[in-house]
Amino acid sequence: MRSELHPPAPPRRHLLSVRDLTREDVERILDTARALAGSLDREVKKLPTLRGRTVVNLFYESSTRTLASFELAAKRLSADTMSLRAAGSSVDKGESLKDTALTLAAYDPDVIVVRHPAIGAPQLVARCTEAHVVNAGDGKHQHPTQALLDLHTMAERLGRLEGLQVAIVGDILHSRVARSLVQALGLVGARATLVGPPTLLPRGIESLGCDVSTDIATIADADVVYVLRMQRERMAPGASFVPSLREYTALYGITPERVRSGQVVMHPGPMNRGVEIDPRVADSGAALVTHQVRSGLVVRMAVLYDLLTVSSPAPVAVAAGMETA
Amino acid sequence: MLVLRDGRGDSLILEGRVVAPTQRIDEFLKLTIAEGLLTRIEPSGSSRAVIAPAFVDPHVHLRTPGREDEETIRSGTEAAAAGGYCAILAMPNTDPVVDTAAVLGALVERARAEAVVPTGFMAAISKGQRGEELTEMAELAAAGASAFTDDGRPVVSAGLLRRALQYSGLTGLPLALHCEEPELSRDGQAHEGVVSAELGLGAYPSAAESVMVGRDLAIAANEDRPIHLMHLSARESVDLLRRAQAEGVRASAEVTPHHLCRTDEAVRSLDPNVKMNPPLRSEDDRLALLGALRDGTIGAVATDHAPHARQEKDVPFEEAPFGVIGLETAFSALYTHLVLPGALRLETLLERMSAGPARAFGLVEPRIEVGARANVVVLDLDAEWPVTEDGFRSLSANSWLLGETLHGRVVRTIADGREVFAGGQVLHSHTQQVER
Repeated sequence: MRSELHPPAPPRRHLLSVRDLTREDVERILDTARALAGSLDREVKKLPTLRGRTVVNLFYESSTRTLASFELAAKRLSADTMSLRAAGSSVDKGESLKDTALTLAAYDPDVIVVRHPAIGAPQLVARCTEAHVVNAGDGKHQHPTQALLDLHTMAERLGRLEGLQVAIVGDILHSRVARSLVQALGLVGARATLVGPPTLLPRGIESLGCDVSTDIATIADADVVYVLRMQRERMAPGASFVPSLREYTALYGITPERVRSGQVVMHPGPMNRGVEIDPRVADSGAALVTHQVRSGLVVRMAVLYDLLTVSSPAPVAVAAGMETA
Repeated sequence: MLVLRDGRGDSLILEGRVVAPTQRIDEFLKLTIAEGLLTRIEPSGSSRAVIAPAFVDPHVHLRTPGREDEETIRSGTEAAAAGGYCAILAMPNTDPVVDTAAVLGALVERARAEAVVPTGFMAAISKGQRGEELTEMAELAAAGASAFTDDGRPVVSAGLLRRALQYSGLTGLPLALHCEEPELSRDGQAHEGVVSAELGLGAYPSAAESVMVGRDLAIAANEDRPIHLMHLSARESVDLLRRAQAEGVRASAEVTPHHLCRTDEAVRSLDPNVKMNPPLRSEDDRLALLGALRDGTIGAVATDHAPHARQEKDVPFEEAPFGVIGLETAFSALYTHLVLPGALRLETLLERMSAGPARAFGLVEPRIEVGARANVVVLDLDAEWPVTEDGFRSLSANSWLLGETLHGRVVRTIADGREVFAGGQVLHSHTQQVER
């Protein structure tokens, strides 16, 4: 879509999977996020960095926090932003993802943020448009900005990432959050243990470089207990993964008794209180759920900044001095 | 050049290294073909061309009737001609399903007018492929069915399969089975393993195939009737087949080029053109399939040529239909990925693409001998060619090889005595049904 008048564009960068990132990439984005966090405390929160750039959010799955934080992140960086939800759009009239992406591409957006229930949707958008594509969640596959914001939260709260032990508890099978986070933790020298019932632990997942356990007692060794939602909407009807939520909660629910003092508890939301997490834990000082939401904003700002301004890794000072740009 | 027309009417002279494994021929020969027959075979000087019995593909989806936008008898058989095939068998999972003599008869008629290479049609085992009631097998056989299959779906009911094996005995036609336990493959998108776990793709375990292979072999043994197992993908299936064959069960099997050349690692690209059923499996499975092809446990290469419209594959991986095309690339893919690296002998490949599948379905084996009908393929093993979307004669381009450069190429095909492909062109002429 770019006209011939433009100089040849540098190779497009996408954020489709944590697998595409290096440790250096992750550290650069987290450094940028830290620098940006300062700007959130100012009275005037808007930075002019991405003025004239366009960020399109294309959401085919319901989302509250992810869509809101991408929208706000783009606005805080002064980008023009536009959000399309599948409901109430031409998608309802049977338009394919490819055609919708091509239609949006006609506006020459710099970034397209895609959330879609089908694995491979962001890859398709990346194939058929000229935009940088950010995966905001594709089915059970990946949700890389969630993993980055979780790293940011851990680093802020615990002061380090290297050597951290993170227990990820619950419905691993259906969780793009777990897949992304395990890979991201591996990149920064932390280690994940996946804990859940055997039916929700996909065979072969340890190849991501994590430990696997069906025993809830193993979470005692962790610095962070990361609780996943039971994703009933991704379970085929009649597929009996657990005999009942009651039994699941009894075996794997995160109760005050199961949380050791000094541990922090995280959850990507939305929470099923009383199912995977006891409300007493959710409301305790150990829970970092609102921290995670706040991290979501700065990390998504950092991701947009990184994709649009860093062709070769940029020094953090550039990010810190952005308000003068 | 290696190929000469001698000016006497129709006759055609081919010279090259003739490799006909079942006849133990591997020498430089000059073949004369006149009026559709091999009339003279004599020694010749050395040359680069390889001449072999033409190929037989027992597993092709021609999408006709119902999806003529994806493939027609004409386009599919043009693809077959370009791929070196002298005979193909088409699957009955069309719309409507080939489950009555009327539907089959219409196809046979159409093939008589349109087919570039001899085309046989399989009929369904069960009405509508619903797995409930047997089709009228005797009538279908009389109308020209080549075999019976519910391909695309397994015969879920063990009782129905048993009855089908018993009843099809009346016809003498083989039963070809798609082995899949649907409870185990449900929501399956990729082989259950490291790749599916990492990508979050629905797992389609090897056991979804091997459980059915085991069941079907046991039923075939019980009935003492032959079966053919289609598109095997898993080591466990191969092991069960080998054991059953050793015990005397009459079971043949086929394997596709993609299962022989690729593993589930390819799925990391999330390219819908590496999505097929059964799925690409692990390297261990691939090696088991290759070993079985070498030792003859699996006697046939079959493409499972499955055309899909562009818009159906231009979607996210998880939403894409299963299947890839293969007729025009089968030989070159296997030559490039297996023969050139030394994993498979050329002779073995040529046998498994020609006599092997013909034998499994009781078809006349293409032979290089005086008096035989000419079914011959000429190969240029030095050719290199890129696989591109616009390079197919098939109406669909959903190839797992797009963007690759392949070595070795079919340059000439003689099917049922007629030259159907030469000089990069499909040559149209009237053809007949598959000869039994």
